[in-house]
This record gives sequence, structure tokens and C-alpha cells, in this order.
Amino acid sequence: MSETLAIADSAAKPEFWRWEETSWADPAKDWRSAKNITVGIDVGSVSSQCVVVTDGELYAYNSMRTGSSSPDSAKNAFKGVQDKTGLTLGDVHMVVGTGYGRVNVPFSHKAITEIACHARGANYMGGNSVRTILDMGGQDCKDIHCDEKGKVTNFLMNDKCAAGTGRGMEVISDLMQIPIAELGPRSFEVDQEPEAVSSVCVVFAKSEALGLLKGGYTKNKVIAAYCQAMAQRVVSLLERIGVEEGFFITGGIAKNPGVVKRIEKILGIKAMETKIDSQIAGALGAALFANTLVQKNGPLKPIAA
Amino acid sequence: MIANYGYKDGSGEYYISIDTDRCINCPAGHACLAACPKGMFETMTDDYDDEVTWIKAQFRRSLAYDCAECKPSGARPPLPCVVACTPGAIKHSW
Repeated sequence: MSETLAIADSAAKPEFWRWEETSWADPAKDWRSAKNITVGIDVGSVSSQCVVVTDGELYAYNSMRTGSSSPDSAKNAFKGVQDKTGLTLGDVHMVVGTGYGRVNVPFSHKAITEIACHARGANYMGGNSVRTILDMGGQDCKDIHCDEKGKVTNFLMNDKCAAGTGRGMEVISDLMQIPIAELGPRSFEVDQEPEAVSSVCVVFAKSEALGLLKGGYTKNKVIAAYCQAMAQRVVSLLERIGVEEGFFITGGIAKNPGVVKRIEKILGIKAMETKIDSQIAGALGAALFANTLVQKNGPLKPIAA
Repeated sequence: MIANYGYKDGSGEYYISIDTDRCINCPAGHACLAACPKGMFETMTDDYDDEVTWIKAQFRRSLAYDCAECKPSGARPPLPCVVACTPGAIKHSW
């Protein structure tokens, strides 16, 4: 096959795992009339977000896939907001970076861990009754306890294994050739809830899923088995430090009802609801930290990207 | 804050918990740093500007192996890090 044909072939191949990138700005607000403008940049292993907070309130955000370069991902995340609102780095009073690529955000004034930022973001999104935060990220899973101010009191993270993470769900999406946004709803379209996929490891779970398909399982039934396995895996992590009332889920998997409903069923607790995109919690927390620091220390000069 | 460093895998749960509230102004002078034969502990300033101890990132995914030296399968002596931490901030899950 010629190189041109090979490229054309790969371009035509559908990417079922590719989730929708989004950007949003509050039409009722204008950053030009704000006293404090702060930005949070969350460079995660799979997705990157930029959130703009004006005077302590969410104003705009952009959520997109992380590329091979953390600095470029941070720049692109900000550019999405810039294109939508006209805001430039010169207009921003402070930038805080978070996520696994937080030290590689070229225009950030400070880096804060995603653990503290998710707690702060969840506190804003769910209110001061949030006490337990489950962050199901792209390549790790965190259980965070916080107080009424969103300050972390206890945390646990598992980033050694892809089970219970967004990347694991992407693998299954590609394997089933079903768009990732449809996995959750389709996992309920089964006559009877199947046993969970027994493999802890995503690689083995993929092999097991293939075996189930060959054994006569429908795609929906395999997805249900995988969602159940992911829920069980995450709950076992949660049980290590416990779950308090005021349960809030952040991260991309929070958008997958197939996993969320099963977690709720196992725990016997309903997760708190929010109208804000669960994937921006870390960047939102970072922007809120920046807002607090600007209120305390005054605005900072922009750092060139 | 209780910080749990470690992981869970198919073989078990391996977490070292550090109660950082007990680390602040440590009366033992962060003796855990010198007590660990692998040098797994270090002090850092956390997100709330407190100087606390944590587990170095390169050890967090291999605790079961890194701590094995202090955890013989027979009679288990007290763990050096736990003994050195007189405020009682350090706990092992396994």
C-alpha cells in the first residue's frame, strides 16, 4: 500500500473513543467589567482544560484532548477560551497550573496538585456540603475527602493501574466500535445484569471482553459487564478511606451513567448533581485558588507563553 | 490531612498513610527521613503552605518491594519509619 493510501485509510478510520471537546462562556457576563480575572489550567494525562474565573465566579472554559506536549496542550486549552471570549493572557491577573503536567504550563504563576484543586472545584460545583470526591480521571483514580471549605482532609490515589479510569473505557469503546458517549446508556439495554468482567487489568479485561463476545454475549452485555467491573474496582478504592455523605464525582467518567449508576447502587449513596461539566473540576479549582491568591496578594504580571 | 501514598493491585493494597497535621512542626525533627533505609521520605511544602513529609514519587508505585527489607516474612520487627515518627503520623496498610 502506498504511503498516501495508508494515510487516507487511517484518516477514514472512525475513532470511537474520541469524546467531544467543548468550550463555553457565560453569555450573561463580560470579563471586561470584572475586577479579578484568574485562570486555571489542568493538563491531565488524557484531557486538558482551561477555566476562567471572574470575581470568584465561573465565566468560561475549554476542554480538549491532551497532546504529546504538555506546554502546547496548555496553550491550546487557553487558546480555546481566547477564541471564544477575546481574553488574552495580558488581561489575566493570575494563572495556576494543575494536573500531571502542571509544572509544564509555560504561563502559570504557581502549580497546585490536582488533589487540592479537585476538592476546591467540587466545593464550588456541589456546594459546601460536598465531603467525598471521586475523581475518575484519564489515567488515574482519586478518592478525596474535604471539609466545608473544600480543603483536603484525606486522599488516596491509584495511578498504577488503568482499571477504573477513562483510558480503560476508551479501550473498550474502540474494541466494541461504539462511540464512548453511548457506552453508558447502552450498558442498561440488557435483559439481565451480567457478572462483572473478572480481570482487574485493562489489558486482560479487553481479552476477556473478546472472549465474552465469542461466547455469545451481545455488545451491550459486554459493556454492562465492563461498567460493573469498573464500578466495583472504584468502590474498592473508595472503601479504603470510606465514603461520607455529600458524594460528588468529577472527571470524564462522571458523564458515563453506566458506571455512575452502578457505583451508586453498590454504595447505596446517590452522587450529587451539578449543571457544570464534571471534567473541568480541577481547572476550576485552580482558577479559584488563583482568585484567592489575587485577593490576598494582588494581581501578578503575565508570564509570556 | 491524611495522605495515602501507594496503590492497590492484584496482589493486595500497599499504602503508607501520613497524617500531615502531625508532621507540621514535627517534634521528632522529621526523623523518618533518616530512618528509612531506602530514603523514601522527604519534606515538602504542601498546597496549603505547610511543611510536611511525603513519599518520593519514584517509590509510590513499588512500595511492596521497597518496604520488603523492613518486613521479613517471619517475626516482624517494628518498622524504622514508624518507630522514628514519635508523633505517630505514619501507618502502613500491610
